[in-house]
Amino acid sequence: MGGLLAGADRRVSARMQARQGPPLLQPFLDVLKLCQKENVVVRRSQNFYILFFLLLMIFTGALFFTGADLLLVIFALTLAGIFFILGAYKASSPYSFVGAERELIQMMAYEPMVLLTAVGMYMVTRSFQVREIASYPGVLPLALPGVFLGFLFTLGIKFRKSPFDLSSSHHAHQELVRGITTEFSGRTLALIEVAHWYESVFLLGWVYLFFASFPLLGLVAAGSAFGLLILMDNVFARFKWQLVLKSAWVVAAVLGFGNILVLSFMHGAK
Amino acid sequence: MLGLKQSPWIVHYDASSCNGCDIETLACLTPLYDVERLGVINTGNPKHADIFLVTGAVNHLSKEVIRNIYNQLADPKVVVAVGICASSGGIFRKCYNVSGGVDTVIPVDVYVPGCAARPEAIIDGVVQALAVLERRRKAMTAAPQQLASDNSFKTEPLCRS
Repeated sequence: MGGLLAGADRRVSARMQARQGPPLLQPFLDVLKLCQKENVVVRRSQNFYILFFLLLMIFTGALFFTGADLLLVIFALTLAGIFFILGAYKASSPYSFVGAERELIQMMAYEPMVLLTAVGMYMVTRSFQVREIASYPGVLPLALPGVFLGFLFTLGIKFRKSPFDLSSSHHAHQELVRGITTEFSGRTLALIEVAHWYESVFLLGWVYLFFASFPLLGLVAAGSAFGLLILMDNVFARFKWQLVLKSAWVVAAVLGFGNILVLSFMHGAK
Repeated sequence: MLGLKQSPWIVHYDASSCNGCDIETLACLTPLYDVERLGVINTGNPKHADIFLVTGAVNHLSKEVIRNIYNQLADPKVVVAVGICASSGGIFRKCYNVSGGVDTVIPVDVYVPGCAARPEAIIDGVVQALAVLERRRKAMTAAPQQLASDNSFKTEPLCRS
């Protein structure tokens, strides 16, 4: 699923640039190729961290789609991200080092909004369990318009899409060689790719969760959120990290916190 | 085997080119030629790349850089020399600071002639390089201990797992 998403992403991006683009299954071919390549490392232990990154990312997805606690899901997601960063630090090359630091900044930027999203969902549905949030009869963005918009904003950072592709960019225009993934090659790089597939399916699953009572609407929403991200990716140039951090926190404070504040006043009025 | 030939990632280095071949190389990525439809990605990172594409004649400053990048490419790898300068030194061949084509420093698999090399010729060179790449992979799986690339050039060993 995630691989197909990545393939669709590359194809749609190519069409936006008036190119034909690679075949839909290209990401699978890439991963196949990476598995046939030699694995060059700086320190062997760096691959170990990436293995944990993948495992925890799968764990996050499993927790989410089996309907476990949303807070636990966020915790697992953060832990996965931390392992990725540790792996990049371990490689101790300047490029992967700066990439890892920028990834940390990106985590600081999106984490408040992600937590506020969970809190907002709790305020409406009175539960942190994904299972119970999914069975909530109404459409969540009606009560949480700010939180939903804020969450879409953080999706851009999580997907490492331009203008938020600070730590590592999939575009040719690079400033850090390949940023956080610079020192990974061969099979380890393939693991990173696969982990990103899991990550994108999980994140779009979360978009779906906002509309879970109307499955069709949810699918359309998840699809258009992904389309919006690709459009943003092709329209914007990269931001500086200060702007990413500030804008993400302003969005979290105004849209996320503001939305929750209004909700709590409404609950108080009742 | 599926994969390797459908997803060649390229690292491009300008040894001391006049930028003519560089512009033609980048032209391959534009909508007219769009090599990404063949799975080609222009990575900036030698550790992710399969094909090392060099333009321009080699001078004494770029020699070490070429050697360094070549060493960082993970096996199996191929080298494509784009343009007549990269192939043989071209008109700069006898300059006091030029050591000649890329093959004076690292083993070259495919030579793409031209001044500047046409995008069609570059794409053709890359496609020919894919056949070499596939051969290298087979040699590598047959004898994994022995590195598939030519070791007659002295290169410093990297830590490989």
